Amino acid sequence: MKVTLENLTKRYPNLNRRIKTEVIAVNDLTFEIPSGKLVGLLGPSGCGKSTTLNLISGLETPTAGRILFDEDDVTGLPPEKRGVGLVFQNYALYPHLTVRQNILFPLENLKGAEKLTRAEMLQKADEAAKLVQIDALMDRRPSELSGGQQQRVAIARALVKRPRILLLDEPLSNLDARLRLQTREEIRRIQRETGVTTVFVTHDQEEAMSISDEIVVMKEGVIQQIGRPQDVYDAPKNLFVAKFLGTPPINVFSARIEKETLFIGEEAVLPAPGLPGGTVTAGIRPEGFLPDPEGKFTLSLSRVEVMGRDTSVVAEHAASLSGAVRAIISSESRPDPESRTVRFSLKPGKVLLFQNDEAADRLVPPGQKEEDR
Amino acid sequence: MKNSLKAWLYLLPALLFLGVFLIYPLVDVLIYSFEEGYNSTSGTYFGVGFYNYSYVLHDPFFLKALRNTVLLVLITVPLSTGLALLISLGLSSIKALRKFFQTVYFLPYVTNTLAVGLVFMILFKKTPYSDGLMNLLLRLFGMGPVDFIDGPYWAKMFVLCFYTVWVVMPFKILILTSALASVKDDYYKAARIDATPRFRVFTRITLPMISPMLFYLIITGFIGAFKAYSDAVALFGVNLNAAEMNTIVGYVYDMLYGDSGGYPSYAAAAALILFVIVLTVTTINLTVSRKHVFYD
Repeated sequence: MKVTLENLTKRYPNLNRRIKTEVIAVNDLTFEIPSGKLVGLLGPSGCGKSTTLNLISGLETPTAGRILFDEDDVTGLPPEKRGVGLVFQNYALYPHLTVRQNILFPLENLKGAEKLTRAEMLQKADEAAKLVQIDALMDRRPSELSGGQQQRVAIARALVKRPRILLLDEPLSNLDARLRLQTREEIRRIQRETGVTTVFVTHDQEEAMSISDEIVVMKEGVIQQIGRPQDVYDAPKNLFVAKFLGTPPINVFSARIEKETLFIGEEAVLPAPGLPGGTVTAGIRPEGFLPDPEGKFTLSLSRVEVMGRDTSVVAEHAASLSGAVRAIISSESRPDPESRTVRFSLKPGKVLLFQNDEAADRLVPPGQKEEDR
Repeated sequence: MKNSLKAWLYLLPALLFLGVFLIYPLVDVLIYSFEEGYNSTSGTYFGVGFYNYSYVLHDPFFLKALRNTVLLVLITVPLSTGLALLISLGLSSIKALRKFFQTVYFLPYVTNTLAVGLVFMILFKKTPYSDGLMNLLLRLFGMGPVDFIDGPYWAKMFVLCFYTVWVVMPFKILILTSALASVKDDYYKAARIDATPRFRVFTRITLPMISPMLFYLIITGFIGAFKAYSDAVALFGVNLNAAEMNTIVGYVYDMLYGDSGGYPSYAAAAALILFVIVLTVTTINLTVSRKHVFYD
């Protein structure tokens, strides 16, 4: 099922009643969630991503705008009539009920034509449990399960009545790092197997990038960019998106363009054909540095870190706006850790130019848009 | 060994205190209850046996007190707990004036029992000069005046139960409102998404979640009601036997200090009978609760 959000806006009265201004949690949001896709809503806390999820589920009603499930307008429908499955951040499993009773719970509420016999219910619960691979734990209480298992039960409970859309609110934030990796693959697998349109909310860009078909980057209630994860990473719309995506984060420098050439400090690091002169902000992805004794970009070396298969070079530069500069390089070209300076040449596709305003569109040299990739 | 000596030393003050003021009197009561014909002035007794128990259990005053107490327990505990739950549910579903109503409902808790009893007496009493406020209300519904304080047994029992419920409710409301507030909102949201009918939310989510607190209130409610005494005194004065409104604790008190006082052995036997009753009821409660109370 396809979900369309049209000019969706949610305003709250300010908690401090003396301040008459309203808080705008979601501002004029318009986008479409394609049927059967896994979409990640991504942004720093307070960006309105959870509110958006709650608006889709119906737990909150929008101040303005419409929500369409396929062609049906569900804006005015209460959550129980929308046919959504929601997985809460802390799972919200009923602690006094067993896993089976938890999964059965939504089925037991069905009325009228949808009403099931006990045998049908048990069968559906078993199917859902098998799907998330917790069928061996059906008689346990949630407190007897690990975080990852509880998460699976919550997903099974959300899926058991075949919702039209599955919503996950920060599904992995309560899990430890190893389990997180495992569970996100699990979510991807379950989504693929069921083909249910899925929206999940996260502040962890790596999580969103790794399993989403599409990501929606939000900031302060406004969509910054929508697209396939790799596209958004490679061609961020503005400096905020560029900074938000990627670990380690992008290195940001104050730079300038003179005679169609990009200068960082006094060094002419790259040609910038077709761009007008002036000061700009240059973002260089950590993987955009190539150690090169003849390179045009000189940094003072702080240290070389080897972590597993990654070698990262930590360096300083006077023009850096993001503190220490971090470059990830292949281990063969590791610079001498004793040397004072290190020289790089830059991969043009990994150098992104922005206006100095974080929210302003990225500077794209005319005709270069495709070459960026 | 050295460590445990230190531990015992630390425990000593508390143990001494408990021993002198709790264990010793308890044992003493037990001994009294078996000493037949004990004379408190001379400190002598004739023999040892079950005569005191037999006397108490055949004493019509005790049987009356037992009946009153059991009635009071059976009526007020379910009623007050149920009403408190209803009021708490109401309180937690309103936003405006919640604090105000919470305060109002809590007021009886901080009011002196005897003062409240006096007020109740004035409300319900029928005198040659006035029928009392309650009877004025009754007349509105076309019912005749009833003397609730000196009148028929059922009327007096009604006032006693009414009063008891009124006095014990604030604490229960306090406990239950905080128990209800501690149920995480996510459970209700999850239930809403799953189209759970309201009543089912209450029985399958709310009740189990607050069951430990509810159970605590039922147990303490039973114990408290079995120990009722001051409430009856506040309403009907000190001569409870004459008013037919005595309670077991009242009987114990009378045996010790009342007009018929000076019988510590009978008092001890009655007190132990009460103890056995409370113990039995609490054990039953605990057994039943094991199936229905959910602890996180």
